[in-house]
Amino acid sequence: MYKYDSYDQQMVDTRVAEFRDQTRRRLEGHLTEDQFRPLRLMNGLYLQLHAYMLRVAVPYGTLSSAQMRMLGDIADKYDRGYGHFTTRQNIQYNWIKLEDAPDILADLASVEMHAIQTSGNCIRNISSDQYAGAAADELVDPRPYAELLRQWSSFHPEFLALPRKFKIAVIASETDRAAMLLHDIGIRIVRNDAGEIGAAFYVGGGMGRTPMIAPLIRDFVPLDQLITYAEACLRVYNRHGRRDNKYKARIKILVHELGKAEYTRQVEAEFAHLLSQDIEPPLAELARIKAQFADPAYETGLADEIDLANPAFARWVASNTHAHKAPGYAIAVVSLKPVGGIPGDASADQIRLMADLARDYSFDELRVTHAQNIVYAHVRKADLFALWQKLDAAGLATANLDQIGDIIACPGLDYCSLANARSIPVAQKISERFAANGKAEDIGELKLKISGCINACGHHHAGHIGILGVDRKGTENYQLLLGGSEGADCSLGTITGPGFGEDGIVDAVEKATDVYLARRESGERFLDTYRRIGMQPFKEAIYAKESVDG
Amino acid sequence: MKILTGNDLRSGAVVWWDGSGWSLHVEQAADVGSDGDVIAAREVAARTVVSPYVIDGEATSAGVRPAHIKERIRALGPTVRLDLSLKPADPAAGDWVI
Repeated sequence: MYKYDSYDQQMVDTRVAEFRDQTRRRLEGHLTEDQFRPLRLMNGLYLQLHAYMLRVAVPYGTLSSAQMRMLGDIADKYDRGYGHFTTRQNIQYNWIKLEDAPDILADLASVEMHAIQTSGNCIRNISSDQYAGAAADELVDPRPYAELLRQWSSFHPEFLALPRKFKIAVIASETDRAAMLLHDIGIRIVRNDAGEIGAAFYVGGGMGRTPMIAPLIRDFVPLDQLITYAEACLRVYNRHGRRDNKYKARIKILVHELGKAEYTRQVEAEFAHLLSQDIEPPLAELARIKAQFADPAYETGLADEIDLANPAFARWVASNTHAHKAPGYAIAVVSLKPVGGIPGDASADQIRLMADLARDYSFDELRVTHAQNIVYAHVRKADLFALWQKLDAAGLATANLDQIGDIIACPGLDYCSLANARSIPVAQKISERFAANGKAEDIGELKLKISGCINACGHHHAGHIGILGVDRKGTENYQLLLGGSEGADCSLGTITGPGFGEDGIVDAVEKATDVYLARRESGERFLDTYRRIGMQPFKEAIYAKESVDG
Repeated sequence: MKILTGNDLRSGAVVWWDGSGWSLHVEQAADVGSDGDVIAAREVAARTVVSPYVIDGEATSAGVRPAHIKERIRALGPTVRLDLSLKPADPAAGDWVI
């Protein structure tokens, strides 16, 4: 994985010193909150519902064991013994003291981490495929390109005050595991007819109150023009994106209002101009980065067979492992969704254990997924049982990946000052309901996502089943959506009808899954059945009782 | 009644104006009437509190309670982590929130 060079380290260290001084001035009264707020936000420090919250960047979701261990230590030393892994492959701490924040940033810098650009109207953490570099179905490892974009976008003076925040995802597989089409810019690394590697650009996707799927605006950008093209996309947005209305300030609104053709025309004109300005980093820099993402030293001659005699282990292997490109290896996923647990939360001890297991079983590396889970990208199949046993002993071996219990949920009204309703209790109740009724495994793949407000941090638009919490006259109410998908078959969910209370929404979800179980055809996932039979049968089942009761 | 809340500048903790200072316990919140903005400005200048604001509260037999669910959750802590609330040993500590 990427190691900081002296420039990276100096930038991060300098920022820590700068923020330490700013914090001192704030505490001594030389800065007002109005003056200090943008400075702390530039360093990922929010003031949330209960306390200061620090969001730490995990570039493209990749972590070393040492970095993961530091995240656990920070949870113990400065927070309340846990961290929350987010839907942007980051981690958040919910109970930070302002006076501790500079020390935390210094600790992070000591392991090549920071919280820069995890807030504000700038280019945020670049996300990627959590199986990058390991998946059997990828063209190339997308992370070197994500790293190049990270370096370009970090402290980019032109793009630190965009109309609104800006999110980029980079993938290199036909299977989209990063919700790439729901980003401001989604980049897919592709091969053209001449056999050359380049980038397809999708621009103007996003969730939030106006969800949109990003249209393809260019199917092939040569790799030695990648940054130049991204710069052109951003520059047109920065020039014309709305600053008068924050709800219409994202690039998706600009692309929609200009139209794909006109936006693309302007990008191409800007691109042509920028090509003459010679802003592209030399390919030698990309080569330098790529060298740091070289494959680990896989052993050869390993057996592919796994002893599945233990039924619980067999279930975990079936649901929580994924095909690896190297013979004898597997990708293993730690679900942070125990039955009745808080999606994405892990204790300091669990975080440190996951770090140790990465050192012992996965070439010292972990990944954070946008689904709030943790990945060991390179595990010998022969080691899977030992890994599973150690995870199981720590409550980290829930076998539910991509099942209904593997719920994405934002922090909701339990933590977030923007939220209108709680997300976590709904996730807990659904998880417990389907653990008790035993239907989860039979249902199979069903991606359920919950947001506590229209900002959609819980990706409810993209859930096969989505839930949106709203405030109805001071009471929590939950809307149900069906038919969303974040993958290559990206679609946006449709609201079923009137909302439900906290218990009613759990019943409604079960009714929807019962329709699926009754109507599915061979090999169909929930989403496939929904797409085949449409909303009406689900709606009839979900609202049947209410209509009888009047 | 009107009550004044904010976050402690240093710790970020949710605090409530009790008539003479800031308390962690919403039960002790004072009715600030129409003086909330004046108190808030004074306390911000004194660097004790950050982003204070006035909300509606209700006097109950158990003490003052915020009117809106969001503020009740602020007063309690996360409803899903009662071990992090101000009364972690009391399983009924959050019964009034939702």
